[in-house]
Amino acid sequence: MIRFERVSKRYTQGHTVLDEISFTVDSGELVFLTGRSGAGKTTLLKLIILLERASRGQIQVNGQNLTGLPLRKIPRLRRNIGVVFQDHQLLFDRSIFDNVALPLRIAGCSRRELGKRTRAALDKVGLLSRERDMPITLSGGEQQRVGIARAMVNKPNLLLADEPTGNLDPELSAEIMSLLEQFSQAGTTVLVASHDLALISRMRHRIMTLRDGRMLTASGEY
Amino acid sequence: MSAGATGKGASHDRASWLDVPRAWLSHHWACAVASIRHLLHTAFTSAMTWLVIGIALALPVSMLIALDNAHRFSSRLDSPVQLSLFLDPEQTLAAAWQLQQTLEEREDVASTRLVTKEEALREFQELSGFDDILLHLEENPLPHLIVVSPADPRMSAGAAANWQSELQALPGAGRAILDMEWVQRLNSLIRLSERLVAAVGLLLTLGALLVVGNTIRLAIENRRQEIVVIKLVGGSNAFVRRPFLYTGVAYGLGGALVAWLVIAATLWQLEEPLRSLAQDYQSEFTLLGLGWKGGLSLLMAGAVLGLSGSWLSVSRHLSRIQPR
Ligand SMILES: Nc1ncnc2c1ncn2[C@@H]1O[C@H](COP(=O)(O)OP(=O)(O)OP(=O)(O)O)[C@@H](O)[C@H]1O
Ligand SMILES: [Mg+2]
Repeated sequence: MIRFERVSKRYTQGHTVLDEISFTVDSGELVFLTGRSGAGKTTLLKLIILLERASRGQIQVNGQNLTGLPLRKIPRLRRNIGVVFQDHQLLFDRSIFDNVALPLRIAGCSRRELGKRTRAALDKVGLLSRERDMPITLSGGEQQRVGIARAMVNKPNLLLADEPTGNLDPELSAEIMSLLEQFSQAGTTVLVASHDLALISRMRHRIMTLRDGRMLTASGEY
Repeated sequence: MSAGATGKGASHDRASWLDVPRAWLSHHWACAVASIRHLLHTAFTSAMTWLVIGIALALPVSMLIALDNAHRFSSRLDSPVQLSLFLDPEQTLAAAWQLQQTLEEREDVASTRLVTKEEALREFQELSGFDDILLHLEENPLPHLIVVSPADPRMSAGAAANWQSELQALPGAGRAILDMEWVQRLNSLIRLSERLVAAVGLLLTLGALLVVGNTIRLAIENRRQEIVVIKLVGGSNAFVRRPFLYTGVAYGLGGALVAWLVIAATLWQLEEPLRSLAQDYQSEFTLLGLGWKGGLSLLMAGAVLGLSGSWLSVSRHLSRIQPR
């Protein structure tokens, strides 16, 4: 599902953040990505949805080679990947419902289908009763859950989550993690960046660790 | 291999092929509704934009209407060209009749009228009041005159000049004076004005285009975050562009509507005074306005203007907004 081959990333003014990273994530797998703040977790996720281009190396997502993928094909790539952003990226002038429904609108969902799926996603993150409210009236953790609902709403086959439990209490964090787990069991590939080591090491899934631009433990270890 | 067709997660939820055009239509519809709502929401700015576009459109269009009416008016006036052919002073009345006969037989002459030197003198006396002086003249100094109307009353200035020199060359003829009537001056004035209107119209249209473009640019700035998020979750450029194009069309249509109203009001104001003016000249002239066809064309032009203005703006500014 995701394959990195000797991928390096260097920002135009800055040091090399990722240095010859290689790894694969199989279809339906749930993998955690960890590392210190500034280790390059967000950068790695950005490479997968082409928010940034790799400086060197090959990236394959969903069987598609991202190197040299033309600009006009990027929307389609992103439509098949659900992303929970570290900074939420919600629209504050629209209701929670409209925020979550946005990917369905873009995909061209019929109105009834859109309502059904949006409510189902909001229900999963426990915010169905707030669908008419504006995001500004939510707490940080609730906003994060809106972001999760939006990432899952069109049932993508790949889900990327950047610190999805960053602002949540331990109980909610565990709940969200088990939600992500459910997704992977349903066949979705899930890649979660998180530095909540205590939480992720309790879940028996592969953990990849970034340090100094290198991938420390690329496979097989818990 | 397409990204959407693989994997277990996505395939079973894909929209059926019928859903796609329906969804596309419904997004167009939603954009149209949203753009109208946006216009109402920002009523003041929208009204200003409408007014500016409306005035920019109304000016050249009303000038065109004025020109059109002037055309119709000038084409109704008779015999714009006349030629006064003076005989050589020594020519006798018989010679004058002879020349008149020759002229009447020509293809390019419609009619002639002979003014003998005696008639001319009488007329001159009556008009000038110099009776005494003229009585003291031993001999009538005036020549015979033949007034000639051409077969083609609306000949061009060049053709008229040729005709003039041809008639001048006839035996017994002296000077020929072409009466370049004011109608012809009016015609060349109209032609000049047409060019002026084209230039002014072009400038004003360009101005309206820029106004739409700038308004859309502000709208894009205001919705920057929305554009970023839409691009993040996979909205195509067309999807992002669509609402702005609809807003542009709405501005253009509104502006054209304002122009239509302005023109209609102006014509309504002018109708009565023009009618009484026409009556003074025993003319049955009536003012012709835009009509339904013209109005609808104006609306179309407005829509096209709004669309192109917003397209220009969108293609310039939208690509600069990229998620990071
Ligand atoms: N747009 C950019 N331009 C230049 N340098 C950048 C840019 N984005 C990130 N960096 C640098 O790349 C490094 C990795 O950043 P990144 O956001 O990937 O870290 P992270 O692992 O997600 O950290 P955190 O846990 O705090 O979110 C940092 O040193 C950061 O300064
Ligand atoms: Mg990060």
